[in-house]
Order: sequence, then C-alpha cells, then structure tokens
Amino acid sequence: MTARIGVVTFPGSLDDREASRAVSAAGAEAVSLWHKDPSLHDVDAVVLPGGFSYGDYLRCGAISRFSPVMDAVISGARAGLPVLGICNGFQILCEAHLLPGALIRNAHLHFRCKDQALTIESSATAWTAGYPTGARVVIPVKNGEGRYVADERTLDELEAEGRVVARYIEGNPNGSQRDIAGIANDAGNVVGLMPHPEYAIDPLTGPSSDGLTFFTSVLMALVAA
Amino acid sequence: MSDIDSVSRAQATPDLELPFTELGLKDDEYARIREILGRRPTSCELALYSVMWSEHCSYKSSKRHLKAFGEKVPPQAKDILLVGMGENAGVVDVGQGFAVTFKAESHNHPSYVEPYQGAATGVGGIVRDILTMGARPIGVMDSLRFGPADAADTLRVLPGVVAGVGGYGNCLGLPNIGGEVVFDPTYLGNPLVNALCVGVMRTDGIKLATAPGPGNQVILFGARTGGDGIGGASVLASATFEAEGERKRPAVQVGDPFAEKVLIECCLEIFAEDLVAGIQDLGAAGLSCATSELASAGTGGMRVVLDTVPLRDATLAPEEILMSESQERMCAVVEPGKVQRFMEICTKWDVTATVIGEVTDTERLRIYWRNELVVDVPPRTVAREGPVYDRPIARPADLDALNADDPRALARPSSADELRATLLKMAASPNLADKSWITDQYDRYVLGNTALAMPDDAGMLRLDDSTNLGIALALDGNGRYARLDPYAGAQLALAEAYRNVAAAGATPMAITDCLNFGSPEDPEVMWQFTEAIRGIADACYVLGIPVTGGNVSFYNQTGSTPINPTPVIGVLGVIDDVRRRRAIGFSSDADEIYLLGVTSDEFGGSEWAHVEHAHLGGRPPAVDLEAERALATVLVEGARSGVVGAAHDLSDGGLAQALVESCLRGGRGARIDLPAGLDPFVALFSESSARAVVAVAPDAAAAFEALAASHGVAFGKLGVVGGARLEFAGLFSVGLDEARAASSGTLPSIFG
Repeated sequence: MTARIGVVTFPGSLDDREASRAVSAAGAEAVSLWHKDPSLHDVDAVVLPGGFSYGDYLRCGAISRFSPVMDAVISGARAGLPVLGICNGFQILCEAHLLPGALIRNAHLHFRCKDQALTIESSATAWTAGYPTGARVVIPVKNGEGRYVADERTLDELEAEGRVVARYIEGNPNGSQRDIAGIANDAGNVVGLMPHPEYAIDPLTGPSSDGLTFFTSVLMALVAA
Repeated sequence: MSDIDSVSRAQATPDLELPFTELGLKDDEYARIREILGRRPTSCELALYSVMWSEHCSYKSSKRHLKAFGEKVPPQAKDILLVGMGENAGVVDVGQGFAVTFKAESHNHPSYVEPYQGAATGVGGIVRDILTMGARPIGVMDSLRFGPADAADTLRVLPGVVAGVGGYGNCLGLPNIGGEVVFDPTYLGNPLVNALCVGVMRTDGIKLATAPGPGNQVILFGARTGGDGIGGASVLASATFEAEGERKRPAVQVGDPFAEKVLIECCLEIFAEDLVAGIQDLGAAGLSCATSELASAGTGGMRVVLDTVPLRDATLAPEEILMSESQERMCAVVEPGKVQRFMEICTKWDVTATVIGEVTDTERLRIYWRNELVVDVPPRTVAREGPVYDRPIARPADLDALNADDPRALARPSSADELRATLLKMAASPNLADKSWITDQYDRYVLGNTALAMPDDAGMLRLDDSTNLGIALALDGNGRYARLDPYAGAQLALAEAYRNVAAAGATPMAITDCLNFGSPEDPEVMWQFTEAIRGIADACYVLGIPVTGGNVSFYNQTGSTPINPTPVIGVLGVIDDVRRRRAIGFSSDADEIYLLGVTSDEFGGSEWAHVEHAHLGGRPPAVDLEAERALATVLVEGARSGVVGAAHDLSDGGLAQALVESCLRGGRGARIDLPAGLDPFVALFSESSARAVVAVAPDAAAAFEALAASHGVAFGKLGVVGGARLEFAGLFSVGLDEARAASSGTLPSIFG
C-alpha cells in the first residue's frame, strides 16, 4: 500500500505543487487538501507548504492557523500524525502552538534566496530519520520572515531535548537564534523547517537532491508504524 | 435637474467649459471629440477619452513607426506566431502542444515617485497581461536602470524598486530568472524599471480581449475599485516628468500581490472550464480601457451600469470609477449559461465578482450612473481610432561631434600591472560587479522548474517534467551604444539577448521590446526612436525571429534632457531538453577554453571608456548579424551534442569580464594565452559583438573545432581551466579570492 501524504493549499500558498512533486518523487501518493475542507481524507501525513498564505497579513500564518483544515491537523498532530511545516508552514505551526517560538522579520530586513548549508542535528523525528545525525546538506532558503526566536528557556529546552532538527552553517541567513533552521515537537512527529527541501530533490532545478530524504524519511516512519 | 453630467445635460449645455487641458488633452484633440460626438462630451466621456488618448494608452506618437514591425515580418513568423502584435501579448508555438506568451513593460515614472509600489505594480501589470492571454504565468525578469550607484537618489530609489519587484513577484510565486541592472548618470532623474513576464498554455487555450455575442454578460472580478492611480496613465505616463514627485504620489497605484495570486488561480480554473468568451485585465486607464477595448474588438456595443462596480471608497465619482487604476482587477465576457459556474469558482477563491453590464449590438458603449446615461460613444473612437501624430524628426545636432570623439584618443593601460589593475577595477565597477545583493532578494526557485537563472547568461524554465521541453529568456539593452547610433544600438541589444539565449543552449525564436525614450515632442528623440525601430525590424528579419509585441515608454527625461535612448529587448528561445542547458561557470578542470568570433579595436560606448574615463563617444561596435546567427548555431549545436561544456557570451567589459565571471561562477581558475598579434588591452576589454567563450572537454576539442569551422565561425584556443588563479601567460595573474572580493564587495558596500 502506498502512503498517502496530504499537501494543504491555503489562499496564497506557493509551494504546494512542488511539495506534492517531492512527495511523489519519494514514492508516496500526494493528496491535495483544501483549507476550507475540515477533512484530512484519511491521509497518513500532512505537509503545510511554503508561500504567503493570506498575503502574510496581520502576521505570517496568523490567519491560516484558523482555517477549517487546521482543526484536523492540530488534533491529528497531537495524536501522532506526522506533520511537516515548511517556511510559511513552519510559521503556521508556531501560530497554532504545535511548535514553540516564532518566526520574525530577517535581521537584515531583506527577503533572501540562497543555497544554504545546514546540518541535520536530529535523526529522531519522523521527517529526518533517513539522515545520519550531523549530515551536511545544501537546501534553498527563501524568506523574508524566517528569523527563529524564542525565550532563552525554550531554546535551552529545545537543545537539551534534541529538538533542534537543523542548524544553519557557513553563515546564518536571517539572524535566527542559535542558528536554528528547524525544530520538532516532543514526540518528533511535528517538524517545522525554514529552508525548502522540496526545492532540493533534483540538481536540474535545485542546488542538490539533499532534500528528498525528508520525504523518504516519513515513508519509512509510516511503514515501520 | 440632477447634478449628474449626463448626455442630456451635455446636450442642454453645449457651451459648458470642461477642464480638458488639465486631463492632458490638446485643443485639437478636444475639438475632435466634439466632432465625433456631435456635442460636448460629458465629464465621464472626457475622462474616458483623456486616459485612452494619452500617449501611454494610444501610442499616438509611435503608432506610425511601429508599423515597420508589421511590414517587415520574417517568413518564419507564420510558422511560430499564434498571436501577433496588438493583443495583450504575442503567443509563440514552442512545439509539443505548448504555447508561450511573453512581454516586457515599463513602469518608469511610478517607480521614481514611489519606488516600492511603482515597481511592484509594474510586475503586477505585466503578469495580468500574460494571464489575460489564457496562460499560467511561470516567470518574471526585470531590467533596471538607475543613476550612478553612489548617487543619493539612487540610494533612495534602488532599494525600494528591488524590494518592490521582489515583494510582488515572490508573493505571487513566480521565479525571477534574470534581467539586468545598469547604472549611468543619464538615468539619475529618470530610472527605468522594465518588467517581463512569461506564461505557458496549451495551444488551444488562447484567450483574447474581445466581447462577442449580444446578451453575453460583462463581469468585473478581483479587487474592489478604489481611489488609487486615478489619472495615472494620463498624468504620470504621458507628461514630461518634473520635480513634482510629492504632488503626484496619489496617482501611483498600490499593489496587493496576495489578491493577484488568488486572482491568478481563480482565472486559471475559469479558463480550464472554458467559461469566458473574452477577457481583459484592468491596467492603465482601468475600466475605461477594459470596456472600450473589449467592445471595440467584439460585437461593437456594450451597456454598463457603473453603480454595480464594487467600491473600496463609496464616495468615488463616476469619472473616478472609470479612471481608477486600482490593481488586481479583471473584466470577463461570459455567456449567460456559464455565469453561475463562473461565480461559483470566484466564490471558492473568495474573489469578488459582479455582473456590471452586457454586450449589445448597438455599436455604442453606453454607461449609466444613477439611472442617467453618462457615456454614449462609439467604442472604437476611444480605443482604436485615437489621434495619430506624425511628429517631426531630426537627427541630433550633436551626433557628428559625438561620433567624432574617438575613444582611440583615450589613455590606455599598457603595462602588465596597469592591465591587472584595470581588470580588477572593471570587475568591481557597479555595472559589472556581482549583483547578488539585488538578485538574492528574488525567489529564483519557486515553481520548481528553474533550470538556469542569474547570473547565468539566460533564465531557463522547464515546461514539461516528462519531456524536459523548456524555454530560455534574456533581456538586454545598452543606452550608450544607442546614444551613439540608435539603429546599431538597438541591434546590439537584440544581438546580445539573442547570443545569451543561444549560449544557454536554446534556439532563439521571437522577441519582445520595451522602448524607453525621451519626449516624442523632441524631434531628435523621435529620430532616435525611428532609427531604433528600423534597427530592430531589420535585425529580426535577418535573424528570422519575429517581434511579438512590446511597449513604448516616452517622456523619459529630466527637464529638457532626454535619457540615452534605451531599447530593451527580450529574446525567447526554445530547448528540447533542459538537461542539455549550458551554464557560464567553468566546471571541469583541464577543459580547453576557446574564444569564438573576431576581436577588433572597438571601445565606443564601452564599459572601459565609461569606467576609466567617463567617456561616451565614437562609434558602437560593428553589428554583424550573419556572424551572430552562425555563432548561435555553433552554441546551440554544441550544447545539444555535448561538445560544449560551458558557454558565456562576451558583452560589457569584453573578454576579461567574461573570464572573471566564468571562473568565479565555476570556482575554478584558468591559464590564458591571449591571441598573438593583438594588443592585450584590445584582446581583454574590446566589446566587439558576435563573440563567446566556451569550455570544451579535451576529448571533444576536435569535434568542437570541426563544428565551429563548418559554420564559418572564427575560433582560437585561449587556454585551460584549472587552479585557483586567472592567469594571463606572460602578463599577470589574479587570485580568484581577490577577483571575488572585487566583484562581490561593491553593491553591499553601497547599499548595506
């Protein structure tokens, strides 16, 4: 049986089709989910894609977080459903309090698109199990509000509990605290990531194919479950 | 009697004075409106005519001359052009059932007044033009020109323009795949912001701006109409721009890219279900333009009830509703039986949609406000039969002196140390320096089909995952060359874009142009304009690539001083398999480096003369279109067969700059033997056209030489890729670190 991975489209989502393409490239079936539809249609995992949902008005992710589909995503996530939020999806997960902290305007105040080197700090999540811990990967980062911030206690906790999933190396593109590029919840099923692994699945159209392992990892987790 | 200036009131008060001069109409134009209507216009009719007869909308000064494109169509056009000039954008058949539409447009004056919004809405407008053709927009490019990089006003304008291009395009989810950024004092008081958009559709999915079929419903959808951009077309785009920036700010539109993104998805779903008979976007001149153009191209009549237009500001007068340039709006003509489904899709996307009227067979555009007839005009007289001027033309009086000011008289570097210092100074000069500070603010990856983007020679997009069919685009201009000779300068711009597309491995197919000039009321500007058009038309004919459409921007000047004439040309190419694309970076050690083409002592309008001497004089490089075509053939065939590994066109800064860029991009040095018998300075910095540098694997060298020879392209072996230095044997060498520091330090040091 092929795993079915849902990709949510909010108004203003931009990377939904590319997330679906990455899901397919990993060997799963991509299922389109619509923000107004409260059902997850029995998918095995969910990706909240990047973009500018609701134009990033008010605060990034603040409006999408109240979409009908999010009730199901939140209850699913609490019950162990693997959820990956990429860029705007990460912002939505923070607004929905599935992940701690917030993403604010880049320290240099510009949108920045570049090929970013990262280390995978934790293989203990549903989305990174396929990487060796400490792996160096190059994945595009492209955002204007990607600077991860949280209070010191939360940051200490994230580090102590191994919940920092990825860190920027060779230069921090946005001023994120402690070079944090991605984090996980306690259980490791919910991951938020600022860089875009779905744009690093083929060297023809991205800087590498390093990002594909995020999507194959969740398949392994689903098969094992 | 009501206070509405209705048609009946206009008939009853024939002598009432209307402020036509303030709206930009000349005495004779106003007289012509009276003659067409047989009475004085109502205030709404005056609004309609004034915006539609503005230079920006009517092309009244350029129309006569643009005919040259239609009179000199290359024979290849009939095989590839599905839609030609005159529609919102031209459409090219790229094979396998795909059609591509692309167009460049200027937003110069709004970007000077309000850099962020001006540039943002420039992107928004051109994207809607492409969408209107029935295509999914798939990429954007931008060609930007500013005053000197370190000038105070450039510091005001550039960051806002770049943030605006990025802010709008990024939020729409369109990759920005290339373009150009040029600094020159000529643009200090009049920057140029030209944006290009490209879209793709199936060949049977083309939509046109037409309103056929009486009884069909006219639906306005997208954003509500507000008070922004009123009179933008007539006031901003069609009058000489003086130091009145503050006062004109309300005439610049404000963009909402989120609204446009939703509108795009909504339109594409509507197109997929074949629900529209005709469609037009609302850009310059807003509803005036959309209703009169749709009616002109269709059955000929339309009835519109202006009270139904959804407003952001309920106090707007009917004249203002007609003239508003509020962004993110579209107007569709829909058969009555399809209206319900059309509305359902709009509801799905939370897009406001309202039936505002219907198509009639009356041959009149009739607009009602509060139950009074406020517009009753033949629509063609508004949209199609506006004034046409035959402006006086005069060759610039200073041109002979300018051409006689030969750059050969300028002091040239000769020692090895001087040549080395010149190379580094050139690499660090704002026009040649690394543009990452700008281009990193643009998302080049979104949509997942970008095979090449800046700083490569051309942008390249995959159209089809299964076949890897793709397109390449390059956008180039050179105002200095065009100042010295607008005929040759326009051809050189075209040749550079053509060469860039070929260097990437794609076959050039068609062009779009964005013609930026001073005031058409200046006979010397009109001469430059007509020469540039003649140059483009002639070059297109020789190269066999048709003009698909474009844009004319006049009145680019400060006081009475026009900008250097700046035709910017976009060339579209097709590549069967994007996996065979060629990048500029030297990527394999031991590859052999060849120079293709012939180098002569040509420094008129060159980057070297500009950087080292602030000099503009002499003649631009000679144009040889047959040589360009032969070179392009070698580049495309070399990419297809795999004998060419990397390719980079030679343009501003000559061979030295091309080598610096190819080394830095590939992270590899090179050892170069400059051609014997040529002054090293000329070999390094001349800007002779029809040249490129390629890297060839050693085992492909013989095949490559045979390929070049078979097309009659001169070639010479220059050296070998490898090491960490760019070394010119017997002269000097530069470490890659030093070259990179020179190239990448400039823009951040100025803009932060």
